[in-house]
Amino acid sequence: MSEHIVPVRIYVTIFLVLLVGTALTVMAAYVDFPWQFNTIVAMTIAVTKATFVVLYFMHVRYSTRLVWVIIGAALFWMAILFALTLSDFYTRPWLSTQTG
Amino acid sequence: MSSHATTADEAQHGHPALQHHFENMEQQREAGTLGMWVFLVTEIMFFGGMFLAYTLYRSFYPAAFASASNHLDITLGAVNTGVLIFSSFTMAMAVYCTQVGKQRPQVVCLALTLILGLTFLGIKAVEYKSKWDDHLIPGRLFPGNPYNPTVAQHGDPDPHKLHLLEGATVEKVQMFYWIYFAMTGMHALHMIIGAGLITYLLIFSMKGRFDPEYHSPVEVIGLYWHFVDIVWIFLFPLLYLLGRHLEHG
Repeated sequence: MSEHIVPVRIYVTIFLVLLVGTALTVMAAYVDFPWQFNTIVAMTIAVTKATFVVLYFMHVRYSTRLVWVIIGAALFWMAILFALTLSDFYTRPWLSTQTG
Repeated sequence: MSSHATTADEAQHGHPALQHHFENMEQQREAGTLGMWVFLVTEIMFFGGMFLAYTLYRSFYPAAFASASNHLDITLGAVNTGVLIFSSFTMAMAVYCTQVGKQRPQVVCLALTLILGLTFLGIKAVEYKSKWDDHLIPGRLFPGNPYNPTVAQHGDPDPHKLHLLEGATVEKVQMFYWIYFAMTGMHALHMIIGAGLITYLLIFSMKGRFDPEYHSPVEVIGLYWHFVDIVWIFLFPLLYLLGRHLEHG
């Protein structure tokens, strides 16, 4: 069997990293960063945590290329969803004929 | 000669769990994993729509979202995040134990995962109850809502109970709670389904159904469980933590 078995050591490391990430994001939330940096810091930590879960807990790092393509397609679709919808909503006030 | 024939026969038919339309166990397992990922893509699309709604309304009503978020219990939220991460860890360990063929630790890991999942749901229920008691359910009971008959009767809307930040209104705060209950509710529903799936795994792992050759159900349900964990990893900072730095005193 060519299946890759992730060693326990890696699972424990990821678990600790996720707990530290949770503690960090709570602490960072009480700090008043300038501009939108509170959101940026929180999302950076969340994306990092999610990436660790996907790569190691979900074994994607050791999965076939096809799985990577599927996940890439999902992220690409999310980018379309956000980019097109937000650009629509945020440009609506530009129209002087806006009603309601 | 006869023992040789048995080996050849086994090589041809393989594991009892091998379905006839797959070449071998490895191909069957990879197909199962891929199928689960395709399902998870539909889940990403589903939750993606709600995250989009959240993003839009938060950018429209930043002050109201920060005010409303400050009424959520950050301690319970953080503890629940830890509980869910722990359950993801035990789920990953359950997959590991199955892969290396340790049946008893596998049962223990699955049982722990189930208990932690139910703990998460219990804490969530406590949080929902306190929102109910505080009248933070969107609709007629919302504090300060002028349409609330109780408020109209006594003439005491207690407008400061919400500690509204500048620019926030009760209506806009309600929008946060609609989104909060929709997103955490859908997440909780996924947890309930996940708890059911892990119960199934637990029963069959006690019967010794899974082994290093055949463990796709454990692996695939593990993927689902980790996905639900990831959704919460995003929900926690987005719902609980957005207004804390604006709180003074």
